[in-house]
Amino acid sequence: MIHFDKVSKIYLDNSVALEDISFSIEPKEFVSIVGHSGAGKTTLLKMFLAEEKPSAGKVFYESTDIATLKRDQINNFRRKIGVVFQDFRLLPHKNVYENIAFAMEAAGRTDEEIEADVPHVLDLVDLGKKIWNFPNELSGGEKQRVSIARAIVNQPEVIIADEPTGNLDPLNTYDIVQILKKINDLGTTVILTTHNKGVIDSLKKRVLTMENGRIIRDDKEGKYVI
Amino acid sequence: MLWIKLKRVIRSGFFGFWRNGFVSLSSILVMLVTLFVIGTTIFSGAILKSTLAEIRDKVDINVYFVTTANENDILAMKSNLEKLPEVMPPVTYVSKEEALAAFKLRHQNDQFTLQSLDELGQNPLGATLNIKAKDPSQYESIAQFLDGQNAADGSSIIEKVNYYQNKDAIDRLTHIINSANRLAMLLTIFLIIISILITFNTLRLVIYMSRDEIAVMRLVGASAGYIRGPFFIAGAIYGFISAIIALILFYPITIWLGSTTADFFVGFNIFHYYTANFGQIFLIIVGSGIAIGSISSYLAVRKYLKV
Repeated sequence: MIHFDKVSKIYLDNSVALEDISFSIEPKEFVSIVGHSGAGKTTLLKMFLAEEKPSAGKVFYESTDIATLKRDQINNFRRKIGVVFQDFRLLPHKNVYENIAFAMEAAGRTDEEIEADVPHVLDLVDLGKKIWNFPNELSGGEKQRVSIARAIVNQPEVIIADEPTGNLDPLNTYDIVQILKKINDLGTTVILTTHNKGVIDSLKKRVLTMENGRIIRDDKEGKYVI
Repeated sequence: MLWIKLKRVIRSGFFGFWRNGFVSLSSILVMLVTLFVIGTTIFSGAILKSTLAEIRDKVDINVYFVTTANENDILAMKSNLEKLPEVMPPVTYVSKEEALAAFKLRHQNDQFTLQSLDELGQNPLGATLNIKAKDPSQYESIAQFLDGQNAADGSSIIEKVNYYQNKDAIDRLTHIINSANRLAMLLTIFLIIISILITFNTLRLVIYMSRDEIAVMRLVGASAGYIRGPFFIAGAIYGFISAIIALILFYPITIWLGSTTADFFVGFNIFHYYTANFGQIFLIIVGSGIAIGSISSYLAVRKYLKV
């Protein structure tokens, strides 16, 4: 489904962010990517989201080379992927309903679909009561749940969660990981990057370990070993 | 689908404007300054135009005819002059008798002059033609035309043309009028460019604050047009509201300045000008406000769409 083929990324100042990375992710897999800050985890995700182009090698989504996508095709491609960020990145001047509706509007969904799906997806993340609140009225855990609701509302094929628990307390971390597991159980591929040893060890799923822009381990039911 | 998208963009633009209250207010205030400059430019342009027209109107040349000139020859010359493209019709004819009556009226308290006139026994004054050119620079060619004019029998009937006495003053005035026009135009363009740049930079700052938001919109797959649309609408709203405030403020200001301008600029009352030309000024100010606001926002978002 997703295939990185000998991908390297070297920035203009000659710093190497990724070096000769190759791996594949199958549909419905739950893959965690671990590594110290600067190991290249975020750059890897940016390549997949077409935010950056590789200096060498190719990134494939099914049979499509992502770097060759044109602007409109990138928009369509991104609508198949849900993204959850460490800092939530909600739209501050839109309420919870509008934040989620925005992703649906961008995907060209009708008003009727939006009205039906937004409350439903908020119930899934247990935030039905906060539908009209603005992001500044929510706690960190609630914001992250809105972010997840936004990511899954278009029923994407892949969810990318870039350190989603980095700003959360242990209780909220546990909740968010459970939600991600549930999404994966329903058939969505999940790619998670994290620093949290507890999360990785409890998941018992595939773990890619990165160091200095390289993948140094790829364990089927891995643990956090750095 | 296009209609739904448009509806969503407009709604989002309105919400963005309303929910960013403080930012919207400061943008409106900056745009108000820009529109004030544009409005002031319109008013100063009108004042300059009216004053220059008034000065132009004061410039004329007189043709003095010999006392023996035949009235028919003079009237023929008058109609020839009125056919010239440089001349602003009508050319005013003052007959010998009218000239004498005006002279007597002017000197009605000067018994000595009136007595001398009576002693002469005949009218010493010749008829005159008063000519106004459409533009002061054209007096020279009118004077040249008059040089070649004679009576039907070929004799010269013109005693003098006062253009040559006034030539220096007319030339200087023409030069001043042309320079004033040029300077006013340059100043106008300069002020308008500066104020548009200030507005553009303010809106750029406003949109700079939204750069993360724009990046997120990009990452959830929103198209460039769908992201830009609400900013474009909010910019247009800033412009529209600033324009309405500017138009409202011009009302008391022009009332206040009205009588002063009427005294100072030979009868030009700025308040009368504002009310008489309100439709046109409304269109210029509101049109400029909406155009500057929306186009600036549209261009400013472009930079952050490259995600």
